[in-house]
Amino acid sequence: MFIAIFNAIDSGLIYAIMALGVYLSFRVLDFPDLTVDGSFVTGAAVAAIAIIHDVPTVIATLLAIVAGFLAGCITGILNTKGKINPLLSGILMMTALYSINLRIMGQSNIPLLNQPTVFTQLRGTWGDLGIDQAINNMLISTFGLERTPSTWSILFVMIIITAIIKLCTDFYLKTEVGLALRATGDNEKMIRSFSANTDTLTIIGLGISNALVALAGGLFAQYGGFADLNMGIGMIVIGLASVIIGESLFGTKSIMRTTFAVIVGAVIYRMVVAMALRSTFLDTGDMKLITSVLVITALVVPKLISTHKEVKRKRKKRLELQTRLKGEA
Amino acid sequence: MLEVKDISLTFNEATPDEKKALQGINLRLETGDFVTVIGSNGAGKSTMMNVISGALFPDVGDVQINDKKVTMLPEFKRSNYIGRVFQDPMAGTAPAMTIEENLAIAYARNKKRTLRPGVNKKRRELFKSYLASLNLGLEDRLTAKVGLLSGGERQALSLLMATFTEPDILLLDEHTAALDPSRAELITNLTRDVVEKTHLTTLMVTHNMQQALDLGNRLIMMDKGQIILDVSGDEKSNLTIEKLLHEFQRIRGTQMENDRAILG
Ligand SMILES: Nc1ncnc2c1ncn2[C@@H]1O[C@H](COP(=O)(O)OP(=O)(O)OP(=O)(O)O)[C@@H](O)[C@H]1O
Ligand SMILES: [Mg+2]
Repeated sequence: MFIAIFNAIDSGLIYAIMALGVYLSFRVLDFPDLTVDGSFVTGAAVAAIAIIHDVPTVIATLLAIVAGFLAGCITGILNTKGKINPLLSGILMMTALYSINLRIMGQSNIPLLNQPTVFTQLRGTWGDLGIDQAINNMLISTFGLERTPSTWSILFVMIIITAIIKLCTDFYLKTEVGLALRATGDNEKMIRSFSANTDTLTIIGLGISNALVALAGGLFAQYGGFADLNMGIGMIVIGLASVIIGESLFGTKSIMRTTFAVIVGAVIYRMVVAMALRSTFLDTGDMKLITSVLVITALVVPKLISTHKEVKRKRKKRLELQTRLKGEA
Repeated sequence: MLEVKDISLTFNEATPDEKKALQGINLRLETGDFVTVIGSNGAGKSTMMNVISGALFPDVGDVQINDKKVTMLPEFKRSNYIGRVFQDPMAGTAPAMTIEENLAIAYARNKKRTLRPGVNKKRRELFKSYLASLNLGLEDRLTAKVGLLSGGERQALSLLMATFTEPDILLLDEHTAALDPSRAELITNLTRDVVEKTHLTTLMVTHNMQQALDLGNRLIMMDKGQIILDVSGDEKSNLTIEKLLHEFQRIRGTQMENDRAILG
């Protein structure tokens, strides 16, 4: 149980980076970008192929970011210069990327089991520090856990990477360019009358969004030990699920709060899926169903709660009024 | 200085819906001119504003700002020189962003946008002092989302955002039309104050004839895509609504069919 949750947090933090990308396109730019299913794999493919060609793991990961950025830019160009509707631009790019990803990988699956990855390399240095033993011993003595995680290093780096990305996103969205980017999604006519090139902003915005998605893909390949042509299917829904769950739990009061909500949303999503899969009547094939139910719940429940509150408030008011009228009569 | 030379524009050319929106418009505004524009519905007033701002390109003719030809310059580049306020109070601001963020966007209108924070301490003080001049108490609500403001407040903010960077040309298209009378008066007064103070070269479309007479140093009347009347100076100060309507009838041979213009 503890191990399952632990792993869910590890992978949840990787998904959180993708979710931040989805947040940038769907929420900030108001652009329903479906490139994600493709660019996630592009990131994984580029990182994997670079690693098996002995490129240092950090550089392989950076290459994944660049590839995702380019993919997002093309979607943006299709939409702004080609005047193709946003949904269709994303679908076209996603479809094209399927073939491109196969070209990059040369085969539909690349195992990375005996290859160095950012995580295995870090685990090497981390292991020498003896932190794992210290934490695990503490957990065993205080909670009496029987099985402990084999390493805390992944959690540690992922927290750092995700936090850095979150802080950079927060900062960027408050810069002069970032404000113009947000206004492009909020009121395009207005920002054009303040001399911002909305085409360029849309292209760059989608580039950054898909760069984050590809980074998540590249990290996920290294975490899972393989890149697979089909590993991106349904990613957009997972990203949206994280955004929606996070937003409905923590609100969208400020940028800083929303990006935090999105990250936690991704981790919660992974945890719920992990728990659901542990039950005896659900198996991995039901993942997509669980995801959909989760998103529907996150969309519907907050509305139901507020309507219910409103109804209760009105009923109370009516009762008060009636008793007052009776009193007067 | 703004010069519009021989502008014509036809919508849906060579189809049954063909509409000659502008037919040979000539107009020259000297620096500091404040011109009010009136005319019936569909006269082509908004189309002319859109051609000047670059939201539309003319079929023939040229637009010059400060003797520089900008006819084919896209809207976002031209807005380096132009400030605009639209009729719809929702159009001029970004509702999901805060008041100070909106002002920061306006602040960058004629500058290169960088990766520095849009709002800093110094700018916040500047924004506060500008907001205070509106007398709406907005200076105490810098971090409130603009979507929460009333229509009048949003329009006052739009006007401030369009003007505080002192653009070469200010375009106002019925920017008080969507407001209730007292709010409209507030915005009208703010407009008069800011144009007087900064001597902005201004073109203002209005359906309110009294407003068109009260404001500015020159008045033009449009009909069917043409400028049919152009008065300035003393001649304008002596104008009345009756004289304007009479003038329209003399030129066009029909009554002006727009009730809103008379009542306005
Ligand atoms: N995009 C467009 N496509 C087709 N016809 C248009 C378009 N925009 C405007 N028109 C037509 O051009 C003519 C001039 O329109 P315009 O909006 O400039 O009038 P206006 O003087 O601003 O009128 P109002 O006082 O109602 O705002 C109208 O007949 C209008 O129907
Ligand atoms: Mg109009």
